[in-house]
Amino acid sequence: MLIKKRRQSDVLPSEITPESIYRDRRRFLRTSALAAAGTLLAPGWTVAKPMEDLAPLGDLPTSGFSTGEEKNTLEQITTYNNFYEFGTDKEDPMRLAPERLAHRPWTLTVSGEAEKTGEFAFDDFMKGLTLEERIYRLRCVEAWSMVIPWAGVPLAEVIRRANPNSRAKYVKFYTKHDPEVFPAQRARGMSFLASIDWPYTEGLRMDEAMNPLTLLATGLYGREMPSQNGAPIRLVVPWKYGFKSIKSVVRIHFQETEPECTWNQLAPREYGFYANVNPDVDHPRWSQARERRIGELFKQDTLMFNGYGEEVADLYAGMDLRKNF
Amino acid sequence: MAGIRAAVFALCALPAVLLIVGLLQGTLGANPVERLLNGTGSWGLRFLIATLAMTPLRWATGARWVVRLRRQIGLWAFFYAAAHFSVFAVFEHGLGLAAIVSDIAQRPFILVGASALLLLLPLALTSTQGWIRRLGRNWKRLHWLIYPAAILGVVHFFWLIKADRWTEPLIYAGILAVLLGWRVVKRLG
Repeated sequence: MLIKKRRQSDVLPSEITPESIYRDRRRFLRTSALAAAGTLLAPGWTVAKPMEDLAPLGDLPTSGFSTGEEKNTLEQITTYNNFYEFGTDKEDPMRLAPERLAHRPWTLTVSGEAEKTGEFAFDDFMKGLTLEERIYRLRCVEAWSMVIPWAGVPLAEVIRRANPNSRAKYVKFYTKHDPEVFPAQRARGMSFLASIDWPYTEGLRMDEAMNPLTLLATGLYGREMPSQNGAPIRLVVPWKYGFKSIKSVVRIHFQETEPECTWNQLAPREYGFYANVNPDVDHPRWSQARERRIGELFKQDTLMFNGYGEEVADLYAGMDLRKNF
Repeated sequence: MAGIRAAVFALCALPAVLLIVGLLQGTLGANPVERLLNGTGSWGLRFLIATLAMTPLRWATGARWVVRLRRQIGLWAFFYAAAHFSVFAVFEHGLGLAAIVSDIAQRPFILVGASALLLLLPLALTSTQGWIRRLGRNWKRLHWLIYPAAILGVVHFFWLIKADRWTEPLIYAGILAVLLGWRVVKRLG
């Protein structure tokens, strides 16, 4: 007899967004745009590139790692983004990214301590990899969160294919650096106060990178990745604060030493290398104990490792998470 | 004068009206609470700075009626600051008193903002003609508190910036420096 053990995170039929609500999204966009036109409180609130312009990814197998929590709507996921290359306002990416960040051509470079390094056109890079849907919680360091149905491949598969050598202790990722595409990259040196040294970089320890939860995502809601969410390919590390999940990746580099990461370099006291979601370790300026799920008015408790402790707590056994925050 | 007062009232109420309408219509974006928090905070600071601009403005233009708007604009500054705190208390902490107090005590930037609001409270309460008469010369001494309140407000804003978003608080700090500098120069001269 086959007994299906329901994981705590499995989707119940009752939790799937009814199609009527999902279908209603156009009306939402229209009314939003109309309302935005007249209000000085929401400058630049425009409609994001319609999802219909993004290619569907076909039937995706769903993953056992998916959460059953209610998903955030496509509108929420594509209109509220931190993508500082386009500007620091949450609405800057949806306003600028769809027309500026092209999905192709896109070249990915695999470099460093690995056997199969080189430059790959995005479509060649993805060849032989099977996309699956993973519905993950995303917890931003700013104390808000979402539930997002990503489409992607485990990073581990990509790493195995590159065949890193024994000196490869860490993986470093780079976002595309192109001031023609990203207006904020042009402003470099203009701001005399703390300013980001482009390109954006992030890194993982090899065992974190190899964890089955770690995803290289190329889409969401069953279609290819919207530009403002980090097209065409981005990292998703669901037990870490969102800034670790670097967008629009052009380079994956294997190295022996701990990589320099953008936020960690900018404010090492506030953003650690690990950046694991941890309700017990506050950001120096705000509490991390609770979070606001986008769409909710009131906050809810933040879970250790964003609720993925079962899968990842072992990675940090014996480590002082207050020091290695 | 009554017409001008009414127009200023409408203008000052507009941001609040737009925020409320936006909230009810669901057009404040994906995180409406953040909009409410930032909107009320920014407008509180803007009106606080506008209040401080009234006296120099009268001096520059010679128009006496300008300074007669000062009380109203000052009260609007208090209104937005109080609304800012209310949004914080209700939506960040669900009105949990212990959580609010510990958040204020633990986080310097919130403490600074709360102090600014606390300094504004007696000013709002004593803004009536009756209190002006009753307090006499002390009224002016008491209302000097608007200077530290404004400075704390700008510091509060600076302190919560994540990165690269310095433009707005820098503008406020610049205007405030000019307005306070003008007073220092006047006094010394």
